[in-house]
Amino acid sequence: MTVMQKKDHDPTAHLTSEDVERLGEELDAIRASVVATRGERDAAYIRRVISVQRKLELGSRAVLLVSIFPPAWILGTAGLALAKIIENMEVGHNVMHGQWDWMRDPKIHSTTWEWDNASPSEQWKHSHNELHHTYTNVVGKDNDLGYGIMRVDEDQRWVPLYLAQPLWNFLNACFFEYGIAAYDLELGKNLATRKRRSSPEFKARARQVLRKIRGQVTKDYLAHPILSGPSFLHTLTANATANLVRNLWTHSVIMCGHFPEGVETFERRSINGETRGEWYLRQMLGSANITGTRAMHFMTGNLSFQVEHHLFPDLPSNRYQEIAPQVRALFEKYGLTYVTGSLPHQVGSAWKKVFRLSLPNDFGSTAHAKVLELVRPARREDEAQAA
Amino acid sequence: MTTDVPATRPPRSPLRHRVTRLAEKVTTPLLPADYLDLFHPLRSGADLRGRIEEVVPETADAATIVIRPGADWAGHVPGQYVRIGVDVDGVRQWRAYSLTHGPRADGRISITVKAVPGGKVSNHLVRWAQSGTLVHLEQAAGEFVLPAKGTKLLFVTAGSGITPVIGMLRNLFPVADDGVVRMPRSAGYDITVVHVAPSEPASIFLSNLRDLDRAGLVRLVARYDDVHGVLDVSDLGDLVPDLEERTTFACGPAGLLDAVQAHHEERGLPLLTEQFRVATVVTGEGGTVRFRNGTSIEADGGTPILTAAEDAGLLMPSGCRMGICYGCVLPMRSGAVRDLRTGDLTTAAPGDDVKIQTCVSAAAGACDIDH
Repeated sequence: MTVMQKKDHDPTAHLTSEDVERLGEELDAIRASVVATRGERDAAYIRRVISVQRKLELGSRAVLLVSIFPPAWILGTAGLALAKIIENMEVGHNVMHGQWDWMRDPKIHSTTWEWDNASPSEQWKHSHNELHHTYTNVVGKDNDLGYGIMRVDEDQRWVPLYLAQPLWNFLNACFFEYGIAAYDLELGKNLATRKRRSSPEFKARARQVLRKIRGQVTKDYLAHPILSGPSFLHTLTANATANLVRNLWTHSVIMCGHFPEGVETFERRSINGETRGEWYLRQMLGSANITGTRAMHFMTGNLSFQVEHHLFPDLPSNRYQEIAPQVRALFEKYGLTYVTGSLPHQVGSAWKKVFRLSLPNDFGSTAHAKVLELVRPARREDEAQAA
Repeated sequence: MTTDVPATRPPRSPLRHRVTRLAEKVTTPLLPADYLDLFHPLRSGADLRGRIEEVVPETADAATIVIRPGADWAGHVPGQYVRIGVDVDGVRQWRAYSLTHGPRADGRISITVKAVPGGKVSNHLVRWAQSGTLVHLEQAAGEFVLPAKGTKLLFVTAGSGITPVIGMLRNLFPVADDGVVRMPRSAGYDITVVHVAPSEPASIFLSNLRDLDRAGLVRLVARYDDVHGVLDVSDLGDLVPDLEERTTFACGPAGLLDAVQAHHEERGLPLLTEQFRVATVVTGEGGTVRFRNGTSIEADGGTPILTAAEDAGLLMPSGCRMGICYGCVLPMRSGAVRDLRTGDLTTAAPGDDVKIQTCVSAAAGACDIDH
């Protein structure tokens, strides 16, 4: 994709600024209708999810105490992977968005939650809630566009490093939680100069990340294996596998949010003086959903309703599914494209882009010419010799 | 006046501390308590909670809620109150209620709640509370307790202001099946109760007070607005001839307390008061916003507190400035704010610590921000 502002066909050209403001008001009304009915049912939902998640994790870890027996290893690993996915997606991500702050329960609150992930919640909230959700898909502002290690938009400048980006992306998927931690720490930028490297603020944040990682690694690769006694090695591999599965799954889901074909990106200048309505419009065009079963939606932490989530990042996740038809109706009413597709389709679409953009934009057309150029002089020499 | 409040638990042993540290390594980033709470929320060491075990209707709009407190409940003295956190429509609300029994043999505690018009929590507790529900508790508190040695007392109570007094009287004069029990420790007390209510049937604990009056243990002067007219405190001297010899305990709404206070100050009489319903938060447009470091600013009703504070030179946490990222959330200890997007009011009574998004909240009255 190319930033919307440079495209031949602007998908919002048919909308007047009044249309955009009216669209904003209609979206505000959807938000207000959810806020007005937020209550006991929602509170019971998140408490049940947290309770089930914790019991699943406890149960799986208990089974893994005897992971030396293959069936226990398989059962425990599967349960733990599921528990970790739910903890990161439907619980952690959403609680840290402030989706449940309205309950005024200090134990389920964005300011107190810490998640089972390498990145400390405080740093993640800054880079995700504040930067990514505010500047969604603005090239040069939203670091989620390629996470600083990949090129996922034609308007990102190509450098030879991107040739290997399919490999980077695969490695990032396998070690996603550490990728997120490095990303939240803005490691690339902060390691680039001596001044940044030695700034006390960066050092303090780096220490915070290392402390968190030490705790996480001690738990999964030392404490629980030791508790397992003779099953030490088996529990260690089980925990590593559960983390790997969780990483691959969350990475895939998150790739589907903004990378599939059809999602728009925006020029840096385009958000100067942006109104509420225009912000909403950018969120609508900059996100993509995933279709699937209820179980699939749950396991993505309802990020399969990425459009709804980006419009209303602080509404309870169990409500996205309910408002999706209303949101979709607004897309139709205002002549906009609601990007959605099945999980395999969207993952495939995102990966295709990672491969395609690993090469320069004009590679397809110029490569041919360049090859000819390389061949022609040689041919000319041949002809000269023959003559 | 001092009273012996039961001591809190002794500090943990070093061994127990070490075991806890190890357990934390296994459960990080959560705490072992987060898992234990799933199975035993009332255990020792847990945050203080209680389980509602009985809901007994007292009048048409009042009920006594009997609660089994968690293992760490430190006990209470008659007359003290407890702050209780109840989830109403999914939102945790904290209110203070008098404990209506002295310490009971079964270890349970009780509060008596009158449903006040528009009262979120009181109506929920009186009409919807169910046994089995978990509630959140703080330890009992309050200086409004019975003097340890027998003396001449006057209680002036209005409406639900009777509840701490009932706690004291039930402790002093337990009621058994065959009537009120006279206990040696109650001998030195000489008590008059002036109880005011809008009308007779709405008077909670009335039969209890009447029993005590009939048994000659207290002198009850009941005044009903619809029969006797609204009480004029200057009549207290007539209602209670030996007023000057008594220490007065007054509990009720602010208006009555102010009047009794003025009356007693004028005559130099000893008085203890407890205002029961938390002070009403006055809401309007804009207000004075106070911060922990002592800074206080005048914020208007159209400017986010974040902006107003930054303009005044305060360093504030901030993020998207449009209400989506929750990077600016701070606890409001008391006060009222209006959401600039929706116009909705959020209020906090002292002790509530409601967390607010400062980037989309404007002052709607005096606010106290914990930052």
